[in-house]
Amino acid sequence: MQTPAPFGYERASSVEGAIAALERLGPEARIIAGGHSLLPMMKLRLANPEHLIDINDLHELSYIREEGDEVVIGALTRHVDLLESELLAERFPVFRDAEQVIADPVVRNRGTIGGSLCQADAAEDLSAVCTALGASAVIRGSGGERTVSLYDFHIGPFMTAVGESEMLTEVRVPVRPGAGSAHEKVERRAGDFAIAAASAAVWIDGGTIADAGVALSAVGPTTVHVARAQELLRGASPSDDLFAQAGQIAAEDCAPVPDGRGPVDYKRHLAGVLTTRALRRATARALHQEA
Amino acid sequence: MATVEQNLPSPDQERPIGFGRLKRKEDARFIRGKGTYLDDLRLPGMVHGAVLRSPYAHAKIVSIDTARALALPGVAAVITAKDLETLGLAWMPTISYDTQAVLAGDKVRFQGQEVAFVIATDEYIARDALPLIEVEYEPLPAVVNARKALDPDAPLIRDDKEGQSDNLASPTWEAGDKDATDRAFAEADHVVSRDIIYPRCHPAPLETCGMIAAFDPQTGQLDIYNGNQAPHAHRTVYAHVAGLAEHMIRIRCNDIGGGFGNKVPVYPGYVCAIAGSIVAGVPVKWIEDRSENLMSTGFARDYVMHAEMCSKAGRITGLRVDVIADHGAFDSTAQPTKFPAGFFHICCGSYDLQASHVKVKAVYTNKAPGGVAYRCSFRITEAVYLVERMVDALAIEMNADPIDLRMRSFIAPEQFPYETTTGWTYDSGNYAETMKVAMDIAGYQALRREQSEKRARGELMGIGVSFFTEGVGAGPRKHMDILGLAMNDGADLRVHPSGKAMVSLSAQTQGQGHETTFAQIVAEELGIPPEDVDVRHGDTDKSPYGLGTYGSRSTPVSGGAVAVVSRKVRDKARLIAATMLETRPEDLAWEKGRWYVKGDPEKGALIEEIAQRAYSGEPLPEGMEGGLDAQVIYDPPNLTYPYGAYIAVVDIDPDTAEVRVRRFIAVDDCGVRINPMIVDGQIHGGLAEGIGIALMEVITFDEEGNCLNGSFMDYLIPTALECPDFELGMTVTPCPHHPLGAKGVGESPNVGSPPAIVNAIIDALHETHGVEHIDMPCSPARVWAAMQGRAEPPQ
Amino acid sequence: MDKMNVTVTINGAPVSREVEPRQLLVHFIRDTPGLTGTHWGCDTSNCGACVVLIDGAPVKSCTTLAAMCEGHEIRTVESLEVDGRLDPIQQGFHELHALHCGFCTPGMMMTCRALLDENPHPSEHEIRTAISGAICRCTGYKNIVAAVRWAAEHPAAVGQEA
Repeated sequence: MQTPAPFGYERASSVEGAIAALERLGPEARIIAGGHSLLPMMKLRLANPEHLIDINDLHELSYIREEGDEVVIGALTRHVDLLESELLAERFPVFRDAEQVIADPVVRNRGTIGGSLCQADAAEDLSAVCTALGASAVIRGSGGERTVSLYDFHIGPFMTAVGESEMLTEVRVPVRPGAGSAHEKVERRAGDFAIAAASAAVWIDGGTIADAGVALSAVGPTTVHVARAQELLRGASPSDDLFAQAGQIAAEDCAPVPDGRGPVDYKRHLAGVLTTRALRRATARALHQEA
Repeated sequence: MATVEQNLPSPDQERPIGFGRLKRKEDARFIRGKGTYLDDLRLPGMVHGAVLRSPYAHAKIVSIDTARALALPGVAAVITAKDLETLGLAWMPTISYDTQAVLAGDKVRFQGQEVAFVIATDEYIARDALPLIEVEYEPLPAVVNARKALDPDAPLIRDDKEGQSDNLASPTWEAGDKDATDRAFAEADHVVSRDIIYPRCHPAPLETCGMIAAFDPQTGQLDIYNGNQAPHAHRTVYAHVAGLAEHMIRIRCNDIGGGFGNKVPVYPGYVCAIAGSIVAGVPVKWIEDRSENLMSTGFARDYVMHAEMCSKAGRITGLRVDVIADHGAFDSTAQPTKFPAGFFHICCGSYDLQASHVKVKAVYTNKAPGGVAYRCSFRITEAVYLVERMVDALAIEMNADPIDLRMRSFIAPEQFPYETTTGWTYDSGNYAETMKVAMDIAGYQALRREQSEKRARGELMGIGVSFFTEGVGAGPRKHMDILGLAMNDGADLRVHPSGKAMVSLSAQTQGQGHETTFAQIVAEELGIPPEDVDVRHGDTDKSPYGLGTYGSRSTPVSGGAVAVVSRKVRDKARLIAATMLETRPEDLAWEKGRWYVKGDPEKGALIEEIAQRAYSGEPLPEGMEGGLDAQVIYDPPNLTYPYGAYIAVVDIDPDTAEVRVRRFIAVDDCGVRINPMIVDGQIHGGLAEGIGIALMEVITFDEEGNCLNGSFMDYLIPTALECPDFELGMTVTPCPHHPLGAKGVGESPNVGSPPAIVNAIIDALHETHGVEHIDMPCSPARVWAAMQGRAEPPQ
Repeated sequence: MDKMNVTVTINGAPVSREVEPRQLLVHFIRDTPGLTGTHWGCDTSNCGACVVLIDGAPVKSCTTLAAMCEGHEIRTVESLEVDGRLDPIQQGFHELHALHCGFCTPGMMMTCRALLDENPHPSEHEIRTAISGAICRCTGYKNIVAAVRWAAEHPAAVGQEA
């Protein structure tokens, strides 16, 4: 069996403690939560952190609740809790769509939203979900807290706005009226990363799309925020033609690379098809017309 | 007899004395987590091995420096090719009469090839030492594509072989009649041709391969623990390689977590573990990880084929096939036949052809060697896939229903025994009957109506058919051997004084339920409860010689052995009973469990009474030795030829090209079924593997020879969500030459299902998108490309 | 690297040992109390052979550190049988021939046990989804689905014959 190289381990008992440990141990320290992305890389010896800081005891980071005009999600919230949350299902069904197709139910018992976002694998689903919803990330360091829009969170392949001695603590999703959201994914097999996936959100006000969000997984160096589609949708009346145009933009604006999951043209095609489908479903949900 | 299967417990069948649905004896330990697999064993003083593997597909080894690895605390030894040379173990023979490097000394020939072997006090340390071994490589261009292996400028891979000047692994081999085939094509009404690849895939049993080798320097005894499919054959190989007498080697296979062909070959890691134990003087455990399993141990298939098929007067008449077999860097194909392409020339299928002709040549490439038969008789999967794809292609060309064309072309029941145009003698069959049962279960006409309704709505649905004939149970001496050993299997049956029995076998189970099935054979033949029959296997010191389990051999060969040995015991029991009943043996008649006097059924002796007598001080027949034992070596007179009709129903998303196998109907005729529950279970498992091969399982390489599917993240195996609720049916045509009329079944579903699924996909897409062929695996990307008219073969 | 003491409860009994931080939970379970019923098959958390329950939830123990389980309750396949009585899942697997080679069986049964604990009457699709992170190479899953249904229908089954 593959085994990780040696490392030091400590268990954080508070967020402050985890941050202090990050500062003390330096850049070769990594936070571990679910571990189902990090440990396989360590077993393959593709990741070789010198220290792991285990945050699984930080139960204060595990929550989904409504605060004012936002739904806030603690970074240690597990996939299974996102899947089963009635609050999320009501406010943002895109989470349930995505959670049904992220890895498998056993992995979902361990993996966390914070881990998914911070791993920053372009093929990962929750980053697209949160981007489409216009969410923001709360990042804490020893100097205090800052909030970063998901549009600015992913700065490159496996790279995020979270600094060396910082940690993601919370995801905040604004609640606005007339919301509908959906996630569409094509995978090679249940449990696999996406060949391509699309998250869409719309906010409908009196027959027009007041605002929208579209983001894609697995078709760029990092999560692809399709800003042009968003502009097209804003202020327009929902229609199949409009969604097809938005899909067209998504296909044009993504930047997939060929790999074992498929060639570039297919991935672009999927980005378009899935964007269109996600918008259609998101709108049906916003209008309470979902079949 | 044709019935629809019902795999449900039926109260009256719960405890059959003999054949029937008997729950498995081996389950008792497995459901408690008490199986004993290789990694569960710990021997006193045991140390751990790990293999350093080549990152390059083709490179000269300039130097190897082990000093830093040796300096790591806990590391006991680092073995390289130089060390093995001194032991005479640097190269080993393959079953296919090639040689394979145990550890690379001159150069590496595939990515993942074994370069050094570390021994350390613990598994973690052994792996820590691997990156500390410094190997300087001089990379060479790699040969990855079999079609280019014989190009004049292709780099020479096997410069170790004297006289080898190109990458030809074996010269062109032919079967069938070329001239007669040319005539059939000249007279044909319709001709089709296709380029068809059966891509490289991997059996990937859930338990990887490994070994514990324990060499005792005092006695010279070598104890081996190793889950493999042929313990006796392996022992012979080790005796040969290590120059030890066979009785100085003992192989014990405990429980095995699946084999599917992957655990047939002898791998370099095994020889390293043995060498390591000889060097270290303590037991060495080596177990590969999943990446090592996928990247270096026996792959399957990798056949590049061109085929033409023709018809006349509505029937299939001729087949012409030209194949390049890709063996990887060494020809270690694990096949027992005297034919270079194994059983491939059974590709004339289930049809009464006028003529056929097959040409096969094999090449070396910079890819892992292995060439195992992943749940099939060697190369039959490729053969069946080829012929069943070609029949569908021909049906499209003829504008005929694919089932009608098959029905018109089948070998008729009265033609059996039937000699095919390539020389196989099929023993029995009623193909049309089996096809009809499948059509009934599927509701074939209704499915066709549904398909046309859906098509009108823009939905894509396909119905795919395949009909296969497999040759299993290798095999007759005239055609097969392994390193000169005839493909026989032994059975040793001892009936104890109490009437309870123990049967020892040369075959070794990897999950097929031998402990139950073979007990049932003895039970059927002797009329004692199967619970009273203990099945022993997997220990070369305690079982008779035989060549093991692969190619669905268990029931055809070992099953035959157990039936024959049981009958020998029964015959001896008859003689003893005659003495007990004071009559002549010929005056006795048999009913299950008892000899009785003809005409006086009350007067008889039960097997347990006879057994008691056999061991007692009471008189026995004149000249007879005591005891109630027998031993046989079963030499199969022919292969057995199970067959089946499979129908797949698929739905394809017109936009994303995702394929869903909605229904799968499998009607198998494997002759007499000893335990229908186990038979059905074998079929379910093989169908899942067939779905995997058709849709997702593939080993590919980039241009530099890097393996792109080296973990379960990229070597995809179907989950419960990709497998439909399989619908089984059966017909029973007993094998005329097998003692029980049984034929073997474990591999049929893997052979028969991929063409049914691919045919279904093409059936869905031909009319609407003009798709004529797609190579496997039919991933969404590949199906979509085919729908756009640009299907590419896998790399 | 320094060793650390790890104490976890395995099948109701505390198990304590000095281990390296990098020790994987599957190795801790197999080595320390010698419970070898938990297997590993893939290294990458794809196959499910290593599934155990941590605080009642199924988790892949090949990609979990033993150190991360300090203070938690672990259940393995060896805990299913109680006082000679098989768990209905065990009995169902035997009744319906839901295992061949037995290698995936412990992880598969623990996954199914957790499913029934949470959802005593799962549909076929719910069963297939629940086990979709567990690979069985032998059975094609059909009989596993049937076995879980059997167990759901026989919640108090007494295992007497396997």
